[in-house]
Amino acid sequence: MGLLTKKDASLILDPLADNNPITIQVLGICSALAITAELKASVVMAVSVMFVLGAGNVVISLMRNIIPSKIRIIVQLIVVATLVIIVDQVLKAYQYELSKTLAVFVGLIITNCIIMGRFEAFALANGPWKSFLDGIGNSLGYGVILIIVGFFRELLGSGTLFGIPVLGDPIEKTGLYATGYENNGFMIIPPAALIVVGIIIWVQRTKNPALVEEN
Amino acid sequence: MHELKMKYQGKKMAPAFNAIHTFLFVPNETTHNGTHVKSADDLKRTMNTVIMALVPVLLFSMFNAGYQHFSAVNGFPGNFSVMEHFLTWDNFWIGIIKVLPLVAISYGIGLLVEFIFAVIKGHEVEEGYLVTGMLVPLIVPIDTPLWMLAVAVVFGVVIGKEVFGGTGMNILNPALTIRAFLFFAYPTWMSGDKVWVYEARERSEQILAGATDVDAISGETILGYLAQNKGAAMEAAYSNWDMFWGFIPGSVGETSAFLILLGGLFLVFSKIASWRIMISAVIGSLVMGLIFNQVVEMGWIGETSKFYGLMSFDFWKHLIVGGLAFGIVYMATDPVTGAQTNRGKWIYGFLIGFISVMIRVFNPAYPEGVFLAILLMNVFAPTIDHYVIRGNIKRRMKRLKNATILPKDTDGKAKELQAETV
Repeated sequence: MGLLTKKDASLILDPLADNNPITIQVLGICSALAITAELKASVVMAVSVMFVLGAGNVVISLMRNIIPSKIRIIVQLIVVATLVIIVDQVLKAYQYELSKTLAVFVGLIITNCIIMGRFEAFALANGPWKSFLDGIGNSLGYGVILIIVGFFRELLGSGTLFGIPVLGDPIEKTGLYATGYENNGFMIIPPAALIVVGIIIWVQRTKNPALVEEN
Repeated sequence: MHELKMKYQGKKMAPAFNAIHTFLFVPNETTHNGTHVKSADDLKRTMNTVIMALVPVLLFSMFNAGYQHFSAVNGFPGNFSVMEHFLTWDNFWIGIIKVLPLVAISYGIGLLVEFIFAVIKGHEVEEGYLVTGMLVPLIVPIDTPLWMLAVAVVFGVVIGKEVFGGTGMNILNPALTIRAFLFFAYPTWMSGDKVWVYEARERSEQILAGATDVDAISGETILGYLAQNKGAAMEAAYSNWDMFWGFIPGSVGETSAFLILLGGLFLVFSKIASWRIMISAVIGSLVMGLIFNQVVEMGWIGETSKFYGLMSFDFWKHLIVGGLAFGIVYMATDPVTGAQTNRGKWIYGFLIGFISVMIRVFNPAYPEGVFLAILLMNVFAPTIDHYVIRGNIKRRMKRLKNATILPKDTDGKAKELQAETV
């Protein structure tokens, strides 16, 4: 690790597993349920959040000594809102269909608890480089879960990945469908995401019992 | 068996072995510590009683499977006689090839999951699945593909029960979780007029493919007719007695209100199921049915309304069609997921009946709401109990405060007064 010290590396790696924003801190559930029916939307959402959180953390960190603490929430909101609008406009310009799928949820990145949480908990107290790493790490942790959930929901719910049929054609009854297999409509609706996230949490805690809370 | 048990004691497979052992024999050991209630009916006996109550329903459903199939193919018999047209080997054979596989898959997969969890977690295999496994095949359409049932059973047992800690800890009734999963995952197999009669679906596919030598079979349920405002056609096809005895299409075991009633009485008299829940659920559904009938009578809703068919359906008939009776007797009374307090049971049951009929009428996609209503009330049951207990505590506190404690003599009175003024 020439570029990153051990501590820096842990900023990125910790949120991927043992301090994952979704499965451990239980933040950002809302968007994880809403937009993970398709893998493509999950990936775009993950990238958008990574941009907003990475850039936002740096901006807040740079300004941390001049923001009056009384109005810091408002300042943070303005920073996020600016970045989210940039993302939204870029999506509308280059990925119009997708931005329609994501609809209001791009705008709602503003209210994603992970972002405000990292601003408050990390960027206000650390330098820009560390804040940047923290932002990337947390959004990666968020994105990994989104992509896992999106993968299973799209595969089982629609039989496709990134919109490409992988199990055969459900109407022509080719591939797996020839055996009588059918798409699982349950995976399309948001409650399925809750259950998939729940299963991920279950697996994670079974592998690492230290994460299980004491009663 | 006992010797074998000693041999396996402490081994990894011990729970799996003990499960079979106690199923057949009374265990040869007793609890060693703590006080415990002594009673002959442990969980396994309780579950077996429920299964006994389900056996007539299962047998009936096997005959009905064949009866519906042949009626749909050859037309309904003109002068119907039970011995000639219903209790025949042909009918029973259809039942054997269609219903028994559902039962086998349900038990096989479900118990496999239970055994796996018992071995991993090192606890005894719990008996809860005995009833669930019998209920599941009875509440699905007859043409449900076996692999779908298997997927749903795994889902229901793992997500509906094991993640909460197994039998006794589950919030939702596992059998209904399985039904709900099937309903949301594979809606085309769970509703419509092609799934309730054996072969109806294959025939419609053959016809679509261009076959001319087969006739289409339509096996619309009573509620299906009504939801499409075809009340008159329904009445022409099925009499009220048909509905009561159960000679109608529907999920495998839900059709015979008569046998379900017998099963319910059996459960009440063996003190396995709560009569409070059953009675209040019946009242709840009647009340909701009456309200809808009144709405129609007041002329607030016209014949063109899409709710007319179900709303004008006589209120008491809701009990003999669809899965309401089955749900009330076998599902709502589940002691684990239902309300525990007596007053809570009244509220819980009433709302199940009330909401079931409401969903029947207002659900545009699927004219049956019993399983949704029971699942919803399962979730609310602890809340109901909480407030019932709260209310009880409050009332008793009030009684305590208002109670006048008569002093024995004047000295005591003086002392009491003194204590109060201090």
